[in-house]
Amino acid sequence: MSFLSGFTDSDLWHSFIRTPTALVSALLTLILIAGALAAPLVAPHNPFDLASLDIMSAHLPPVWMKDGDPAFLLGTDDQGRDVLSAIFYGARISLLVGFASVLLAVLIGVTLGLVSGYLGGRADAAIMRVADVQLSFPAILIALLIDGVARGVLPREAQEHMAVYVLVFAIGISNWVQYARTVRGAAMVESRKEYVQAARIIGIGPVAILWRHILPNVLGPVLVIATINLALAIITEATLSFLGVGVPPTTPSLGTLIRIGNDYLFSGEWWISIFPGVVLVLLVLSVNLLGDWLRDALNPKLR
Amino acid sequence: MKIATVLLRSAAVIALAGAVFAGAAEAKTLRWSYQGDATTMDPYGLNETFTLGFQGNIYEPLVGYDAKLQPVPMLAEKWENPEPTKWVFHLRKGVTFHDGSPFTADDVIFSWKRTLTEGSDMKGYGAKAKEIRKIDDHTVEVITPTPNPILEREWSLFYIMSKTWSEMNNTTEATNVKGSNQGNHANRAANGTGPFVLTERQPDSKTVLKRFPNYWDKSIKTNVDEVVFTPVSQPATRVAALMSGELDVIQPVPVQDWERLEQTKGVKPLTGAEARAIFVSFDQVRDELKYSDVKGKNPFKDVRVRAAFVHAVNLEAINKQIMRGSAVPLGTLIAPEVNGFDKSFGAPYPYDPEKSKKLLAEAGYPNGFTVTMDCPNDRYVNDEKVCQAVAGMLAKVGVKIDLLAQTKGKYFGKVLAQAGYDTSFYMLGWTPSSIDSHNSLLNLAGCRNKETQSGLFNLGGYCNPKVDELTTKIGAETDQAKRNAMIKEAWEIVRADYGYMPLHAQPMSWGVREGVQVVQRADDVLDLRSAVVP
Amino acid sequence: MLTFILHRLLQSVLVILAVALIAFSLFRYVGDPVNAMTGQDTTLQQREELRERLGLNDPFLVQYGRFVADAAQAEFGISYRHRRPVRELLAERLPATLELSIVSMALALLLGIPMGVYTALKPKGILSRGFMSLSLVGVSLPTFLIGILLILLFGVVLRWLPTFGRGEVVHLSGWTTGLLTKSGLQSLILPAFTLALFQMTLIMRLVRSEMLEVLRTDFIKFCRARGLPSRLVHFRHALKNTLVPVITITGLQLGSIIAFAIITESVFQWPGMGLLFIQAITTVDIPVMAAYLCMVAFFFVVINLVVDLLYFAVDPRLRVRRAA
Repeated sequence: MSFLSGFTDSDLWHSFIRTPTALVSALLTLILIAGALAAPLVAPHNPFDLASLDIMSAHLPPVWMKDGDPAFLLGTDDQGRDVLSAIFYGARISLLVGFASVLLAVLIGVTLGLVSGYLGGRADAAIMRVADVQLSFPAILIALLIDGVARGVLPREAQEHMAVYVLVFAIGISNWVQYARTVRGAAMVESRKEYVQAARIIGIGPVAILWRHILPNVLGPVLVIATINLALAIITEATLSFLGVGVPPTTPSLGTLIRIGNDYLFSGEWWISIFPGVVLVLLVLSVNLLGDWLRDALNPKLR
Repeated sequence: MKIATVLLRSAAVIALAGAVFAGAAEAKTLRWSYQGDATTMDPYGLNETFTLGFQGNIYEPLVGYDAKLQPVPMLAEKWENPEPTKWVFHLRKGVTFHDGSPFTADDVIFSWKRTLTEGSDMKGYGAKAKEIRKIDDHTVEVITPTPNPILEREWSLFYIMSKTWSEMNNTTEATNVKGSNQGNHANRAANGTGPFVLTERQPDSKTVLKRFPNYWDKSIKTNVDEVVFTPVSQPATRVAALMSGELDVIQPVPVQDWERLEQTKGVKPLTGAEARAIFVSFDQVRDELKYSDVKGKNPFKDVRVRAAFVHAVNLEAINKQIMRGSAVPLGTLIAPEVNGFDKSFGAPYPYDPEKSKKLLAEAGYPNGFTVTMDCPNDRYVNDEKVCQAVAGMLAKVGVKIDLLAQTKGKYFGKVLAQAGYDTSFYMLGWTPSSIDSHNSLLNLAGCRNKETQSGLFNLGGYCNPKVDELTTKIGAETDQAKRNAMIKEAWEIVRADYGYMPLHAQPMSWGVREGVQVVQRADDVLDLRSAVVP
Repeated sequence: MLTFILHRLLQSVLVILAVALIAFSLFRYVGDPVNAMTGQDTTLQQREELRERLGLNDPFLVQYGRFVADAAQAEFGISYRHRRPVRELLAERLPATLELSIVSMALALLLGIPMGVYTALKPKGILSRGFMSLSLVGVSLPTFLIGILLILLFGVVLRWLPTFGRGEVVHLSGWTTGLLTKSGLQSLILPAFTLALFQMTLIMRLVRSEMLEVLRTDFIKFCRARGLPSRLVHFRHALKNTLVPVITITGLQLGSIIAFAIITESVFQWPGMGLLFIQAITTVDIPVMAAYLCMVAFFFVVINLVVDLLYFAVDPRLRVRRAA
């Protein structure tokens, strides 16, 4: 409770309620997340239940067009799957991959950054060397590689079930460097400050110092990077799925849905790819807007 | 007499001048695109329909196919089969290769030997002959290891290379990926007798052919002087390029885009039935399925289960919704274009899900079971979508399918012989290269036997000795009527055994610019001899 | 100084070796190259012979050792699919990718910097807001979607621009260029723009935030106080100070452009290395895949090395710290 009131009293909150774009994008993000989370409850059909699909109702247009069927608000795809339901379930997978991979990247990046900044010396040199190398490799290429490795190493039957985890790992591992660099810089500065020196002298262990004193100071920038990376992770997942190396079509993400629908773009069945595309762009856009606002709000120089 | 000669000569000169003038005024170019490149220019480098079909414009066989896939004389003017194991080919006189050297019996013998060299992927073609003897410069005698009534068909993709050219360019062995043969000349350059000369070759990007002025057959229809071939792998990009007028012919067009092409001014879809049959089948060999929740036994060994699967799938619905009505639903493993096809066994099995449920219950699976289905996703027309639809229909009778759809490289790597037929339930397509039932019976319906190469692509291991016996007889029978009767008998047995779940003959689907005329052959090959551009 | 350079060079070599190991080992296990090389009718025995001949039956370490030894001489073997030396293939494709990447980068810089400066100077202007929204959309639209939409609009609906390939190219002693022909230039527009959009928004946002930061410094305030005309302040002093990080980021982004080129090239059928790589993945053409990865790693390492050395030369603080 005190935490909540502390939050509502904060500058951040005031900035938030006074920025319309932040409000709107936060609302949009929340709606999309809620819709995705509650997919089994709100989606009119279960697109994963093969027995419920009827191929004779394939390729139906959205309800407001000629031949539209009220049972399928946004039309159906080539297998008779309800596009609206597929979007709900697809957004769920996109968000799952996005959040999980960002979490993984934050965990790795913050830990390594703290260690690197606090310890310095050889550990620092080694970690930063790896970071430098990896930073120069674009995330999408690294993700493509890891995905390739996983496909080669995992038994074929497991691939389909493991696809989501592989993606999370591939995207997460390719994005930790930014966090590590940011945290390292902050940790370096903080660890030289007198209060940390003092804490060290009175015998507080390094873990406690890192956790209690240094970490809180770097949370702001980490949050900003995480928000923007969430958008990036969702796009990366969509791109990989579009290239056909992401999640399988039996449990499609938004990217997979766009890939499937892309085959029908010229045949006039635009709804199969356009609706998932619009949702993807809305999701990424609102997360990006949120990240933008957060960065400006947390940057003391801009106030 | 003298006057007549002079007149004739001047007429020829005028005609020639006219031809030259027309050529100079406007060179006719055909811009053509396929979803992939012809992998190699070496006619024995890869046994694959598109690559061989492309090469067929540069190189020529002894006997080729016409638009209806009937044998026509090419480099052999006529041929006979005087004894069961002996064929005589009378070679065309006055034919020259693109480099100007004359075509003779030596080239035929050299080419045959080259198909048997290490890097060759056409050894199977070479193995059809035990020996080739030169009778004179324009006659050869071919001895086959067993009686072969359809040798001329089976050799329709065996192209003749020039002996002197190959020797001069150090390419007397087929292109090989390793060793000293690395920069094999024939892989990048070509010297055939065909109507087009290879003038530029950039793999995966651009290949240019120019008309061969000294081509032996002056009666071919084409008016094309230059062909620019560009592979475009993304279907959307390919279709867009046709519609925007950048290309004249594209292969293939996704079936769902036909309507759009029909509505777009200046382009049209060109469609027809392909000789490729698409089917699904079951592992009937293992005692326990590798990928299923049924343990300790193999449900597919029970004909009732196979029948239940077959009757659960609505081929009409797949044709209507996924193939947009462009396929021909089948009850057998050969397309109607293939020799030996008959409605008696070729019509689809009736769709009857109730019967399926009953059969499954009788067989002891009232609640169905789970099995993994292997499927390619970039090999056949809408392959993955068809598999999904099959899975959906089987779900309705209680069978749960885990679909494993992969790119063709990985898919074939899993299901084919060298991986030990690692599948329980799979989809495959087959075009018999001879356009004859015997090839399909041998490869798909014969009991698996490494020695005789029978059943090599019978991935589920369907086996009925009666079919094998008939297939052997068909291979040697030279009386067409008797032969076709045996073919019918064999296919009817396969059908009664529910050895396979046939789906359909898939459509060919090309797109052309208005005014461009091409002949669409049922083996999906574009023969430039008949291509006309406006 | 010399030890520093040697140190970095050694590290770079190690990085490339590690990438070579990854490149080789991972793709050794994906798919079966024999299938990509043979047709449907090839017999089992022929396949087994081919497998033996390619050395695919040798132990892993033997295969890797062979690979590294060859790669050290820039020899990546023969492409399984094209049956030509991989080096030749890459050399053929390199001009297309480099041209596309450099033109995209130039496009991104030429459009991104002015937009960034403008949005920083007039943050409340309508145009600025427009640019900012555009940049957000640019960041939020996946590259493949942009490509498809551009093809649909300019290729199919308007029919203004070619939708695939490089058009006519001119051969200049081992290099091919599409920059000298009309169709070549036309073909370049859509893919270059698709590839540039993301970088452009990135550069614009970077310039804007750097510019805002610099404009707030005492140094600029002092310039203003001295009564220098604002144009001079903005462009001579402020912009100059923002350009150093921009150039650094641009250098590093060249790598990511080459990676994103894979997607763009595949959508527009641009005959570059990215397309070769994607095609190699689908056909399991191991030599091509491995060579591409090693080559990209080499590019990145060199770019990094150069950026590092430049920093070292430019920033005196760095020199002191290294020395200590």
